[in-house]
Amino acid sequence: MTKPPRWLSFLLSCFGDPNTLEEVQGDLLELYAYWVETVGERKARWRYGLSVLKLLRPLARRNETDSITHFLSPAMLHNYLKIAFRNLTRNKAYSFINIGGLAVGMAVAILNGLWIYDELSFNTYHKNYDSIAQVTERGIRKEGNRYSGTSLPYPLATELKANYQNYFKHILISQQPEDYILATGDTKLTRKGQFIEAGAPEMLSLKMIRGTWSGLNDPHSILLSASAAEALFGKTDPLGKPVQINTKMDAKVTGVYEDLPHNTGFYDIKFLAPFDLWTSVNPWVKEQQWDNWFLFIYAQIQPNADFDRVSALIKDIELNKLKSLKGRQEMIDRQPQIHLLPMRDWHLHGHYNMDDTGPVQMVWLIGLIGIFVLLLACINFMNLSTARSEKRAKEVGIRKSVGSLRTQLVSQFFSESFLVVLLAFGLSLLLATLSLPWFNTIAAKQLSVPWANPSFWLASLGFTLLTGFVAGSYPALYLSSFQPVKVLKGVIRVGRFASVPRKVLVVIQFTVSVTLIISTSIVYRQIQYAKNRPIGYNRDGLLLVQKKTAEFSGKFDVLRTELKNSGAVVEVAESRSSVANITMWNAGFSRKGKEIPCPNGCGTLSVTPEYGKTVGWEFLAGRDFDRRFSTDSSGLVVNESFAKMIGLKKPVGEALAWNPGWRNTKYFNVLGVVKDMVAMSPYEKTVPTVFFLENYHDWINIRINPAMSPAEALPKIEAVFKKIIPSAPFDYKFADQEYALKFAAEERIGKLAGVFAGLAIFISCLGLFGLASFMAEQRTKEIGVRKVLGASVLNLWGLLSKDFVILVLIGFGIATPIAYYSLSDWLRNYQYHTDISWWIFAASGIGALIITLLTVSFQSIKAALVNPVKSLRSE
Amino acid sequence: MKRAFLGEFEEVVLLTVAVLDESAYGVTITQEIEQKTGRAVGFSTVHTTLQRLEEKGYLSSKMSGATAERGGRRKRFFTVTTAGRKALMEVKNIREQLWDALPPQTLQLMGG
Repeated sequence: MTKPPRWLSFLLSCFGDPNTLEEVQGDLLELYAYWVETVGERKARWRYGLSVLKLLRPLARRNETDSITHFLSPAMLHNYLKIAFRNLTRNKAYSFINIGGLAVGMAVAILNGLWIYDELSFNTYHKNYDSIAQVTERGIRKEGNRYSGTSLPYPLATELKANYQNYFKHILISQQPEDYILATGDTKLTRKGQFIEAGAPEMLSLKMIRGTWSGLNDPHSILLSASAAEALFGKTDPLGKPVQINTKMDAKVTGVYEDLPHNTGFYDIKFLAPFDLWTSVNPWVKEQQWDNWFLFIYAQIQPNADFDRVSALIKDIELNKLKSLKGRQEMIDRQPQIHLLPMRDWHLHGHYNMDDTGPVQMVWLIGLIGIFVLLLACINFMNLSTARSEKRAKEVGIRKSVGSLRTQLVSQFFSESFLVVLLAFGLSLLLATLSLPWFNTIAAKQLSVPWANPSFWLASLGFTLLTGFVAGSYPALYLSSFQPVKVLKGVIRVGRFASVPRKVLVVIQFTVSVTLIISTSIVYRQIQYAKNRPIGYNRDGLLLVQKKTAEFSGKFDVLRTELKNSGAVVEVAESRSSVANITMWNAGFSRKGKEIPCPNGCGTLSVTPEYGKTVGWEFLAGRDFDRRFSTDSSGLVVNESFAKMIGLKKPVGEALAWNPGWRNTKYFNVLGVVKDMVAMSPYEKTVPTVFFLENYHDWINIRINPAMSPAEALPKIEAVFKKIIPSAPFDYKFADQEYALKFAAEERIGKLAGVFAGLAIFISCLGLFGLASFMAEQRTKEIGVRKVLGASVLNLWGLLSKDFVILVLIGFGIATPIAYYSLSDWLRNYQYHTDISWWIFAASGIGALIITLLTVSFQSIKAALVNPVKSLRSE
Repeated sequence: MKRAFLGEFEEVVLLTVAVLDESAYGVTITQEIEQKTGRAVGFSTVHTTLQRLEEKGYLSSKMSGATAERGGRRKRFFTVTTAGRKALMEVKNIREQLWDALPPQTLQLMGG
């Protein structure tokens, strides 16, 4: 039988009168067949076309009388909600899994969102955020790494002020922030502060509680943060009161400002004092030339200027200067360029190592994890809804035959999913609020839920609706498409293919979870590996005291004797740096005229003779310093890395020349070689370091008597310090704690990854649990029949668990390469790193498998144990 | 009482619906008119007329009877309403009165 031209039928279906379209289309088809028989096909076509054209009613609209109840009418909405609630309460376990899983997923997303918001809004507290910059020096180090340093030479600042002032609103020289002792009357405390030029309060738009922005104009002034002011003066008005800084600098309080919030770069600065006050006691500062990098320079550009243009103008200042000076070839080779680093880049792009994208990666990582965990929860929702579709198919059939339109069913299912999502959102807000303090501790943040912020609510609402839409779309669109006749006849067996998307989703869930598990274990292993690295000295019971004020000088011998007499201390020594840092870097060593290369400077640390005994270093060759030999003043103890660079098998006894550039050549004898001590990053190669006996010391190292506990020893040590140096508060650090700080960043990643991996697994298992229970329910009859025919419980357990195990194995198979590649990339950031061993993957895979089996088995064993008489009798 | 107005074609269609009784829908009506009057009537004309008659209240309709040759679409079956029957009767009466009033010789001339 021929058919009428398709385009005409299409035209009719588009522009015919919708009210009569059905019968018209039918009638015309019937007539066409009749015409073909009676007058031939050609005429039939012609007549068909003519009729179609005459029946086009392009402006006709459907009469509303067909669907009196509009699908968004209040009565219908009320009905949808009622049905949704009934469905939720009828199936409590299912509702719990759905709402609980979604709530956990959303809480994770909220926390991660807050974290990211905090990272991205860093420093926005300052009103001049868009025009503030820090002056930096960019260049290339010998080994090819790009660096961006913030320590700058003094003349650069004077040069900028003299020649480029008209591009800037402020150019502020500042000392690097440090801990200082603030004293007023008998109150003494240590606070971190910064000496900076007078424009700082205005540039940083500090919120003044007392005094004004012009407070730093007087060279003997100090601006205190509210917390520091309260600690010093309590409730009394601090304005005009005297404060002594490090016992040398006298200042008067000229203002109190609100403490800067946690997400600002100046957060830990608790007081500001004029730069001139600092130089008044450190007159050498202003004599420094282009060979000492030690100052910070902050700048605010004019409103009409932009950073790139000004950066381009000033970039060659230093290079040009260096070229005109002699003997600066090494520095010129670095191609130093002066650059303005805008405030918006300080936090995420302000690192010394410019190629280190760690902080930005972290933001991405946290964002991705948040999305993934939420996705896992959405997948649960979709899976459980479709798994239950067979049960609800009957409902759909009845609704449709009673007269529901498809749009009504779609909106019914959507309203159900929105209801669930809204409940979950409420719960997730609760969860997020409750877990925030704990999240803050491991993430080292001070986040809070911005209840009063409309954009937070807007974002939450948007994200809730999106979740509801994503989670509800599949059931809404799929279930509403059932044909009532088939459903009610029971013909619809949601067959093999219906479960394919569900299986894909389970695989995705387990891919994500297993990836997270593998990553967490590798991060932990890397941390453990670095922690187990031999550090070359004994960090237990080693106390470090910084010599902050001038009062320390000249009192070391008394201090040492008194401390040793107290019995709490075995040995005391002074040193230039704390054991957890290197603060003096130099080059210029040579042996018999041949240079000993120091790629990026060698550590050059002056110590007192007992330093080695105090920290407990270990000798590979030679001997320690000894007070009895006066010649030891030109002796050198070198570490293993330095000894390697000398290039001799037995370096002990060799004479080395050292010309650091800022003083005349001195000659040293190598006395001994010690094992490498980890002073800087535990993930990198040890810095080649030499130790010698000269007299610039910032730290006192105290070895506590091992027979005494620190709790017993500390009061005795404090008493000695109070007696000999009464003007300074007794601030001390433990070497092991200082060392542990080096792992803080990695441990944070480890902990966060661990928590998220745990949650991901939890959510996935919730979903699996729900799915398994529905599978078991669906196959009740089958199981009954199998049991009757002789299947054992073990058989049935295997039958029901097999499907899930396969899915998890596929997920594991996908996760392995993903985790392997991303983590070997991550590990490459560390010079000292563990390798990725196969057993981590195996263990994670087996772990995931066991968790899966445990989850599924509960349901499958329950189903397998049911008495077949019961399961077959029902209906 | 408002006088029922029926156009000539409307009357034909209405009568055909009445003739076809239970099985009156677009196709049968069109074919019936074609066969009985020998006029080539377009389906679209019949369809529009049916709709107009329904609007006037002379016809009522209901959907049913889908068949495969119609692509599973239902038919709209028409039945004559009481108003429709009255209107037909009225037209018939008027005609009959006029015929009756015809002088016999004129009737003879027409070959009656």
